[in-house]
Amino acid sequence: MNAILQFLSDPLPFLVWTTLAKSAGLLGVVLVMVSYTVYAERRVSSLMQDRLGPNRTGFPTSLLGFGIKDWSPFLGGLGQPIADALKLLLKEDFTPAYVNKFYYWIAPGLGIGAAIISLAVIPFGSSIAGVDMVIANVDIGPLFVFAISSLGVYGIVLAGWSSNSKYPFLGAVRSTNQLISYELALGLSIVPLILIIGKLNLVEIVSYQVQNGWMLLPGITAKAPHLPTLEQFLTWIPVFIAFLVFTISMFAETNRLPFDLPEAETELVSGYHTEYSSLKFALFFLGEYTAMITGSALIVTLFLGGWHFPGIPDGSAAGWLGVMWGLVNIGVFLAKVVAFLIFFIFIRWTLPRFRYDQLMKLGWIWFFEIALVNIFITALIVTYVH
Amino acid sequence: MSTEATTPKPVELVNVQIDGVWYQFPKGTKVIEACSQAGKFIPRYCYHPRLSTPGNCRMCMVELGMPKMGPDRKPELGPDGKPIHNWIPRPQISCAQEVSEGLGVRTDSKMVQDARKGVLEFLLINHPLDCPICDQAGECRLQEFSYDFGPAKTRFLEHKVKKPKRIQIGPRITLDDERCILCSRCVRFMREVAKDDVIGIVNRGSYSTITCHPNKTLDSNYSLNTVDICPVGALTSTDFRFKMRVWFLKETKSFCTSCATGCNTVIGARENLMYRQTPRENNDVNESWMCDYGRLNFHYLNSPDRLLAPVAKGVNEPDWTAALTATASALKSLPPSEVALIASGKMTNEELFLAAGLTQALGIMLHDIVPHTDAGDDILLSTDRNPNTAGAKLLGLCDANAGSKLPAIADGIRGGTIKGLVILGEDATALGLAESELRKLEVLVTTAMLPNLTTASAGYVLPGSGFAEKRGSMVNKSGRLQRLNRAIQAPGLARDDWEILTGLTEAITGTSLGLATIEDVFKAMSAATPALTGLSLSKIGDLGVQLPIA
Amino acid sequence: MAYKVPRPNLTFAEKIYLPSVLAGLKITLGHLWRMLRGKTHVCMQYPEEKWDSHLPDHYRGAPTLVSDEFGRTRCVACQLCEFICPPRAIRITPGEIPTDDTFAKVEKYPEQFQIDMIRCIYCGLCEEVCPEQAIFLKKEYAIARTSRAEMMHNKAKLIEMGGLQPGVVNKWNEKK
Repeated sequence: MNAILQFLSDPLPFLVWTTLAKSAGLLGVVLVMVSYTVYAERRVSSLMQDRLGPNRTGFPTSLLGFGIKDWSPFLGGLGQPIADALKLLLKEDFTPAYVNKFYYWIAPGLGIGAAIISLAVIPFGSSIAGVDMVIANVDIGPLFVFAISSLGVYGIVLAGWSSNSKYPFLGAVRSTNQLISYELALGLSIVPLILIIGKLNLVEIVSYQVQNGWMLLPGITAKAPHLPTLEQFLTWIPVFIAFLVFTISMFAETNRLPFDLPEAETELVSGYHTEYSSLKFALFFLGEYTAMITGSALIVTLFLGGWHFPGIPDGSAAGWLGVMWGLVNIGVFLAKVVAFLIFFIFIRWTLPRFRYDQLMKLGWIWFFEIALVNIFITALIVTYVH
Repeated sequence: MSTEATTPKPVELVNVQIDGVWYQFPKGTKVIEACSQAGKFIPRYCYHPRLSTPGNCRMCMVELGMPKMGPDRKPELGPDGKPIHNWIPRPQISCAQEVSEGLGVRTDSKMVQDARKGVLEFLLINHPLDCPICDQAGECRLQEFSYDFGPAKTRFLEHKVKKPKRIQIGPRITLDDERCILCSRCVRFMREVAKDDVIGIVNRGSYSTITCHPNKTLDSNYSLNTVDICPVGALTSTDFRFKMRVWFLKETKSFCTSCATGCNTVIGARENLMYRQTPRENNDVNESWMCDYGRLNFHYLNSPDRLLAPVAKGVNEPDWTAALTATASALKSLPPSEVALIASGKMTNEELFLAAGLTQALGIMLHDIVPHTDAGDDILLSTDRNPNTAGAKLLGLCDANAGSKLPAIADGIRGGTIKGLVILGEDATALGLAESELRKLEVLVTTAMLPNLTTASAGYVLPGSGFAEKRGSMVNKSGRLQRLNRAIQAPGLARDDWEILTGLTEAITGTSLGLATIEDVFKAMSAATPALTGLSLSKIGDLGVQLPIA
Repeated sequence: MAYKVPRPNLTFAEKIYLPSVLAGLKITLGHLWRMLRGKTHVCMQYPEEKWDSHLPDHYRGAPTLVSDEFGRTRCVACQLCEFICPPRAIRITPGEIPTDDTFAKVEKYPEQFQIDMIRCIYCGLCEEVCPEQAIFLKKEYAIARTSRAEMMHNKAKLIEMGGLQPGVVNKWNEKK
């Protein structure tokens, strides 16, 4: 027993098992978040449209016996995501004839894989018992995210092409075009942040914000909140522009309304995944919502101080107190992500879809130029401030 | 007829102007027919081209104009060099008027339209609103012409005259006097064609009614033709009454197989059920008529007793290949001299040709058809009740005296020299054989539609198709080759007879005949039969072709 | 013949679009807020709440065969509904009323009358085409059964569902 504990606390095995535990935990949390994001999407959208949404599916606890009644929590319908997941699992997995089987089968995996892998570098908490709450503490955080998430386009392209059907193909072509166009703006828009912070490690970007105030709200630091100084205000201007460009581009990257042209139901019959059913469709679905969560997490990490909230210390304290604050930090991070997800949903059910030419014009003529000019402005301001 | 070299009399043509266009018609043509030939249909009720012309319905009124004569008794010519007309100031009936030189006809002038409206309004005064329950609805001339030419509204507020309804005026005819428009077509048909003058019109004015002579019924064998020519629903067929609305019926051109005349017919069927057959005009065979016996002789097709699956070795064998193989090996187990084949005069040429092939494959020398005769008449019904005796003779299934070998076959069965019998579509008891004598046969193969004494004792029963369920050709008593078309599908596993015979022959010889369709069979038959050279099933056409045989 | 649609002249605020996004959010979130406070009542919770009492008279539910006040099923099996029915849901077997029957003067009646409610699309053409005012679409809309056989409404079922229909023309009373 002691030998096992001894072995587990050796540096290398320790790294391995803590990383595995973090991965498993994060994956579990993200998958549950995905399913309940779908639920939230349906409920919020229905409330915004004066409807009720799924308010029936509870948990069939009466099956347990003991005279327990079926349990339907106060809003109702909380069992819906589970029922949906079961339904998707149990449906017939239909592979049409005339599809390119190999690519048809790997496409959904690529889609969700890219979305999940990019979560690895996101610091979702401070630290618990000396373990950093990030799976891979690398020095190329944002670059890694962009590199991996742009692989996601392969899932879509391969799905559309291998389906051997016109709507998926059109959806895939639109999607490729859109993702490539907005990746430029996405990448360029965070250069100002890197110029200001001077680091590419996401953990250090967060700790910079903890020390010097959130990028978007420079008054909020680990010390008492205060009005931003002139230097902070000057650097805040390009950060705000970067935030707008980054957030809007993130909508486009995750194929959310108002940029959901790749899967516009009314035009393309759900676009690239028209020919998919059952679990393979579910993987696309998961991938899409995971990408949303990744995007939100990245925005939170880059602009909104990550796991930090004024008045809540990090998990560096010794003993159970540190563990508790570490968990609270994770909770803060998740709460910020959820807030952003709900913002995503609000936007989706408010704005109509762009025309394709408008989409291209916005990406190439406005965002690309704004992001580029923003870099120079930031460089000037940073030079002035220093 | 066609072989006779007659020099046609020169027909005198007259010039007639119809709605402003000049045509030429042979002298003696009725104006109503001339207008029809010119593409101007004139509504009519009492007029029928095959009956006399009383001109009593007043529906076919047109405006007529005579050429205006000058002082020299020659027609005055207009600027176009054609005669100018003096139009008669009131409409004339076109069915009783023959064309004359220079006649002018207006078929759609204001006066004609008003005349038609008036006539229809009168006809509808006492006509009941029976359309929902009237069998004629859908093929009713009163409905059609009211829509096309009639007034849209009624001005009649008084009570309609009540007349007898639902009268069994004959064993096959139901009469509804309220619906009658007194065109008298039925009266004239019975008098002039059926030569059985039993119906007439009694009473006067609005109370005129069609009725039968006292102590008589409309029981002629041609009575159902009155239903066909009745323009309204006054006379309806008791057999077809309330069975199916006519607009649901899919119509298939065919001919009647109840006697050797082969009257041309239209079969009305819906969803694999045959509901009726009506005569189809063919001037070389049946004009426009057919007899009641033939017309109603189809109900056995819809019988619930139909044989649905083949029987081999006395037990049901739903697998046709297995049934045919078993039948073939049973027939081959006997020496050819101990087997006889009896075909039927109800079989098509194609089936008879294949039956002849079967006799050759087995080496059978003893074969014949069963003659069926009954009283005929001098109108249409033939004494020979087999529709294709001529075909059987042509294809060599029997000699000139059909049925002459049957006593020999019967004696052979009784005497035990014949141990195997193939009987196609006939009942062997017609030969005078008892059921016990049939059971003595080692192999008894039969094709049949309905169970009979032969199928009861046969070890091998192959269910076949009826005349409405198959395609094929037959030769009628005057040597006219006519074509059957498929109106409905055979029930259960029952097959087209030519398929059964092809399968059986192939099972016996072990080689393919290369016959995939009925057209292939006809092609093979016409190649082997001099009288059919150059013909194909599609070349027969709807009206048939006359064969160069007696 | 191209017709050029004049483009609207947008203000700067409209051009940069972001104010419009906020305006849109104001509307949608307003709805959300009203719903959360329970101020909006649009949806009906179906099995508990039903709109049966609000159904208009011309509501098109399940087709039925109606009877008149003399107890006669009005259908005379003219088969026009069978003919007009777009999904071919209706099947009628006509029959003859015997001469000693109370309604012998009508002569014809449906021996069998089947409506396949799996096929029926509730279009109401059967009611419209009926010359006898015999088939009416009543207010039953929840036609759900556990087998195909139960979805076949036969004559007895249709008559039971139809019941008595007041205010129809009794044209056969005039007869004979």
